[in-house]
Amino acid sequence: MALNDDYLDYPYRRHGYDHERYAWSMLSERPPVTWPEGKTLAVWINVSLQFYPLNQRGVPFKVPNGMTMPYPDLRHFSLRDYGNRVGIYRVLKALAAHDITPTFAINAQLAEQTPYLVQRLKEHGGEFIAHGWNMDHLHYGGQPIEEEAELVQRSVDTLRRVTGQPVRGWLSPAKHQSFNTLDLLADNGIEYCADWVNDDMPYACNTNTGKLIMMPLATEIEDQFVMSQNLHSEDSWVTQVKDAFDFLLEESREQGGRLFALSLHPWLVGQPHRIACLEEVLSHISGHADVWQAPAGEILDAFHQAAEQA
Amino acid sequence: MKESLGVYDYWAYDQRPKITWPGGAKVAFWVAPNIEYYEIDPPQNPSRKPWPHPHPSVPGYSIRDYGNRVGHQRQMALLDKYGIRGSVSLSTALCEHHPEIIQMCKERDWEFFSHGIYNTRYTYGLSEDQERAMIRDSMETIHRHTGQACAGYLAPALSHSERTLDLFAEVGEELFGEQGGVYTCDLFHDDQPTPVSVRSGKRFISMPYSLEMNDTIVYAVNKVEPRQYATMLKRHFDRLYLEGAETGTVMCIPTHNYQVSCPHRIKAFEEALEYITGHPDVWVATGREIADYYLAHYYDAALDSIAAQAATAGKQG
Repeated sequence: MALNDDYLDYPYRRHGYDHERYAWSMLSERPPVTWPEGKTLAVWINVSLQFYPLNQRGVPFKVPNGMTMPYPDLRHFSLRDYGNRVGIYRVLKALAAHDITPTFAINAQLAEQTPYLVQRLKEHGGEFIAHGWNMDHLHYGGQPIEEEAELVQRSVDTLRRVTGQPVRGWLSPAKHQSFNTLDLLADNGIEYCADWVNDDMPYACNTNTGKLIMMPLATEIEDQFVMSQNLHSEDSWVTQVKDAFDFLLEESREQGGRLFALSLHPWLVGQPHRIACLEEVLSHISGHADVWQAPAGEILDAFHQAAEQA
Repeated sequence: MKESLGVYDYWAYDQRPKITWPGGAKVAFWVAPNIEYYEIDPPQNPSRKPWPHPHPSVPGYSIRDYGNRVGHQRQMALLDKYGIRGSVSLSTALCEHHPEIIQMCKERDWEFFSHGIYNTRYTYGLSEDQERAMIRDSMETIHRHTGQACAGYLAPALSHSERTLDLFAEVGEELFGEQGGVYTCDLFHDDQPTPVSVRSGKRFISMPYSLEMNDTIVYAVNKVEPRQYATMLKRHFDRLYLEGAETGTVMCIPTHNYQVSCPHRIKAFEEALEYITGHPDVWVATGREIADYYLAHYYDAALDSIAAQAATAGKQG
């Protein structure tokens, strides 16, 4: 039996997008942006700190890098835990050696459970952004809005309480959202979100309560995407990150400000055989005259400022 | 369901009539940027889920949007640099969504061919009339926005029916006569153009459009490292160039602006383009140019050769 004829109806076939979340615009056609002190490339280093529950429900899907074995999957549970106990301290040392002020995307449950870790991150210096509740509480289409609203509020409130920071940013677990997520974030005073990877510069999204800025955080050069999902070698990861940085630096000199955003996972890149690769990457991206390194919130402030001056 | 679609005959790669491309070239080289639109909340098709996760599937939707917002202009600059005109595999609804991109392609005299309306609307389950209407819509949309008589087809998301090739050839003939509907990119059986029989009897061919060199297959399916992709492209070219001295071959790089134009991958792609276009006996062309040249000069000889090979085999058997 054939499909209904309405399979050939296209109600959103029009100029722009098939949704109203943000305006259509090509990066190359936008007015150039300059970062503070005349820099052209802003560098955002995100460090994700995550709790993968042992009793993972996998609703509506199993999160990447979560449990795969029959319960109790101590193998994956403890390997992820390694990042928060050991790996992060290697990562912090590497960041400090290169004078980098990172952004910490942390699951609220982890922040609540590990006050020592939070204290240590605060001492290092950096901005905390909300990374949902944990890696088994996903945001997804079809999720009851009351459930998601409670989840967002609990995550943001908890993180604000335990860090003492305003918590302006959000990164969803697995970067997954429902059609309501952006509205709920704005309701909770979140100013920017890092889930959508459709640009190399910040841009504005519409919500029920005003604008929320998308701060693109590239997925495809993440340590976990390259090495854990694609199973590329450590050396290839280094090459890919360097290539991306070099390309964006060059483009920023020719076309105007760009954002280079690199996301890291201490459970992966904090392993003894990988940490030197991170150090090599950090050496490569440090010490350029045209580069400005800052946490995401500061980059957003500079973006607003540049827009006002334009 | 058929055991085989039976639209082309067996035709051994050795002892074919010699093809020489314009200017004595050994390889006809074309780049096919896919410019696609994936819907954020497409209707369900019983045969295939458009997104792996509940909608909105933000990771998938947003990286494809990156291709249109950011990647396309990067690839365009690169193809300009190496004197390559793209042959666009187009989700034709993009003419409505993002006409600015279409305009930039038109300014460069690129070719547009049909890749369906959206890459989230599949051929599966469509009646013959429905599929014909979808194909006609896609070809009319290209003509309305670009003035081009669509020559080629790549079914949306490689979703096919038994009639897809017949319908494309027929609609092309109805709309544009000899100019429309002359080649398909849906068959991966050869490194040269080959005749394909369609029920209307139209002179119709398959154009090599390599899936093995397709960046999405390479990166997303086969998980290849970016610099290794450059090596693969160069090796692929080297062999086709070598064999092209005997009889002309076709090399196609099908690309996606959300894959090859990402900052961590574009250098590897550039390395390959520089290498390939740096060779003397390469005809850098569009899909239609290769198809037209082949139809004018080699199509009839190919039919004869196929028949002769079959007859010879018959005698030996």
